[in-house]
Amino acid sequence: MASLTINGRTYEIDAEPDTPLLWAIRENAGLTGTKYGCGVAQCGACTVHVDGQQVRSCSMALSEAIGKQITTIEGLASEGGVHKVQQAWIDHDVPQCGYCQSGMIMAVAALLETVPQPTDEDIDLAITNICRCGTFQQVREAIHAAASA
Amino acid sequence: MGHAPQLNRRSFVLGTAAIGSGLALGIPFGGPTAVYAADGTPEVNAWVVIRPDETVVVRIARSEMGQGTLTGLAQLVAEELECDWSRVTTEYPTPGQSVARKRVWGDFSTGGSRGVRTSHDYVRKGGAAARLMLIQAAANEWAAPVSECATSKGVITHVPSGRTITYGKVAEAAAKLQPPADVKLKDPKDWIIAGKPLKRLDTVEKTNGKMIYGADIKLPGMLNAAIKDCPVFGGTLKSFDDSKILGMKGVKKVVRVGESAVAVVADTWWHAKSALEAMPVVWDDGKNASVSSESIGKWLQEGLDAAQPAFVGNKAGDVKAAFAGAAKTVEAVYAYPYQNHATMEPMNATVLYTAEKCEVWTGTQNGEAVFAAAVEASGLPSDKCEVYKIMPGGGFGRRGMTDYVRQAVAIAKQMPGTPIKLMWSREEDMLHGRYHPITQSKLVGAFDADNNLIGLHMRISGQSILASVRPEGMQNGMDPVTFQGLNASGEAAIGYTVPNLLIDHSMRNPHVPPGFWRGVNVNQNAIYLESFMDELAHSVGQDPLEFRRKLMTKHPKHLAVLNAVAERIGWTTPAPQGVFRGICQHMGFGSYVAAATEISVTGGNKIKIHRIVAATDPGYAVNPWQIDRQIAGSFVYGLSALFYGECTVKGGRIEQENFDTYQSMTMKEMPKVESILMPSGGFWGGVGEPTICVAAPAVLNAYFAATGKRIRSVPLKNHDIIFA
Ligand code: FES
Ligand code: FES
Repeated sequence: MASLTINGRTYEIDAEPDTPLLWAIRENAGLTGTKYGCGVAQCGACTVHVDGQQVRSCSMALSEAIGKQITTIEGLASEGGVHKVQQAWIDHDVPQCGYCQSGMIMAVAALLETVPQPTDEDIDLAITNICRCGTFQQVREAIHAAASA
Repeated sequence: MGHAPQLNRRSFVLGTAAIGSGLALGIPFGGPTAVYAADGTPEVNAWVVIRPDETVVVRIARSEMGQGTLTGLAQLVAEELECDWSRVTTEYPTPGQSVARKRVWGDFSTGGSRGVRTSHDYVRKGGAAARLMLIQAAANEWAAPVSECATSKGVITHVPSGRTITYGKVAEAAAKLQPPADVKLKDPKDWIIAGKPLKRLDTVEKTNGKMIYGADIKLPGMLNAAIKDCPVFGGTLKSFDDSKILGMKGVKKVVRVGESAVAVVADTWWHAKSALEAMPVVWDDGKNASVSSESIGKWLQEGLDAAQPAFVGNKAGDVKAAFAGAAKTVEAVYAYPYQNHATMEPMNATVLYTAEKCEVWTGTQNGEAVFAAAVEASGLPSDKCEVYKIMPGGGFGRRGMTDYVRQAVAIAKQMPGTPIKLMWSREEDMLHGRYHPITQSKLVGAFDADNNLIGLHMRISGQSILASVRPEGMQNGMDPVTFQGLNASGEAAIGYTVPNLLIDHSMRNPHVPPGFWRGVNVNQNAIYLESFMDELAHSVGQDPLEFRRKLMTKHPKHLAVLNAVAERIGWTTPAPQGVFRGICQHMGFGSYVAAATEISVTGGNKIKIHRIVAATDPGYAVNPWQIDRQIAGSFVYGLSALFYGECTVKGGRIEQENFDTYQSMTMKEMPKVESILMPSGGFWGGVGEPTICVAAPAVLNAYFAATGKRIRSVPLKNHDIIFA
């Protein structure tokens, strides 16, 4: 048993220490907003925040996450609210299939924490998530909108 | 507002009556003839349910997979219904329901950019008929003639008296009326909901983690399965040693799946996958074990010159004679590889099988095909099977297939009463795609002494999709889909008139299974033809735009989109220093498309795309906002394919197993797409796929302009060409 703090709540996780954090979140904690796309840190669909940093959760072991603050898409906004990145996503109608968007939004939220007014170059460097539907144009517009919100 | 997937297996149980029987299940014999929706509300008709709280539920049979069809179709119904758009929500009828009601919702299949263009007529009529019934119900209540009633935003007004009543108040009475025999549809010029840039209905849940995809399904007592199918197509499963893993934590069962696969069932998917990887498995690779990309390439190459048999797709005049009398001929050979759809969400399906019932939850582009697969794989009669469509994390054609559903049913059958979620790993997904077909093409053009193009022969050699996927669609052994974008007429017609023309196909079908891959055969056909048109123009020292225009006088719609991009990119004015332009046009899925790009190249191999201009004439534009998104996304799909997309074959299997070797574009590589939407009316074209095919040639032609080098095979990474 391991104790994980996700979105401010404690979850008792019955999984081996080397279980990828992604699967502990999805299958043990039951929070399915965080997605599996590749399992090898390539796509970013599994992006969560660990102590405020964006992390590809498929490639972090459960044991490394113990004692840290984990935030998933379900906990990005304060209780009952909408985070400014989510709001920009809604205003700009960003998602197509939406499967990559939890990870995309988490990566962008982390970027805006460190770089509140990112340039296009900042965005290019920081946001490397794959979106097979190809929403990048709307993602960029929405990032700038969220930054000035 | 928004679309909530119908997870409730009892959905529509109340509405299972065949529409013609006059009887609804759960309704006392002799009672009203209305058909009831899951929540007990009577449906006005199959397309429209209006709840007492004025919520308008529009039934959508086609699948949403990100392309916006759900919203577009709802707009069309709402337009004719004249309801309040802010109260519209949607739901999927189930395929089992459709079968029970004599396919009242028509075709469920969602591919070929057909979501809107082949169902706009009957869904609009559904909305219009519902409106007439609602008016009739109000008129009956007021004892007033229908002709004195008007509707707007879900409110019916009796014009002379000024009385009003809302749709929700008369919906129940309307449900009992005879549907009108004939309805008149609005002229698109008068649209107020359709044709407008409205937001999608399903966005919010996609931003907060609440949207449920197939991979997220949870059912009581559910177990998870991971699977390995023989990596060599056509090979079989020889043996596996489950003694090594049966003691591992969470592992419940190891099952053989058909002739070629083995699955591990466990409490969690992670346990199932880890155990599967630890289990020794022996394959019989079978007769394809020695096939490689090289051997396939060689075989296709032979088809470029093979005399016979070749199927003729388009023919005019006599190319042989034209070549014989030509002042000059130009020849080039092009090639296009296998590519995986690589949807973000790997294939998955959840199945609950008992002796009495087989139920499937899955993201699919074709609910009816999944239904048929469930019936066949379960061995149960069709009234004992049901399919619940879940939001798919991308489709791109891959989810029109049902192989993963059959596997899930086969596993669930071995564990009756336990819901089984089968999910493929990314690796399994990469190794068991239904790949973009592999082809090569040899093109020969002939000029007369005045540099007029008098002959063109385009020989395609390679794989047919239909021969493998839908053999019943073959025509005397020929696959007509091979000629997409090259036909003499129709929804994928060539935009040039060449007096002596021959486009033919030497069919060669390697063992790697092909599928419909977003854009299908227009993708490579556009690269072949539009690059070669550029070659021809340069070979006679003519401007590529002017050269095309001369051949397009009989193709005004093709020409219009080409002219539009030329004008927007500023073709006749010089490009900025160091920047070079490329241009092309094509037609597919009923729409006319063209693109122009501006790129710069450094070091001969580093491409920066500065501008992309794309024009689309889809006839009618149901939602310009969503069309813009489809077009921008199409360039990401098409340029990812151009720069990176290749699945190579070695030892009979695909070599690329994940995104590290099968890359996709990211933010930094993607320029803005300037989209010109120019619907000219009178026809209905698709928008989810057509522009993919002009992405690559517009860049390749610009690359030639910049470097003088003609690239004739995809992907560019094989030529060491990368994004700057
Ligand atoms: S699933 Fe973690 S990066 Fe793709
Ligand atoms: S929205 Fe579908 S993969 Fe990004």
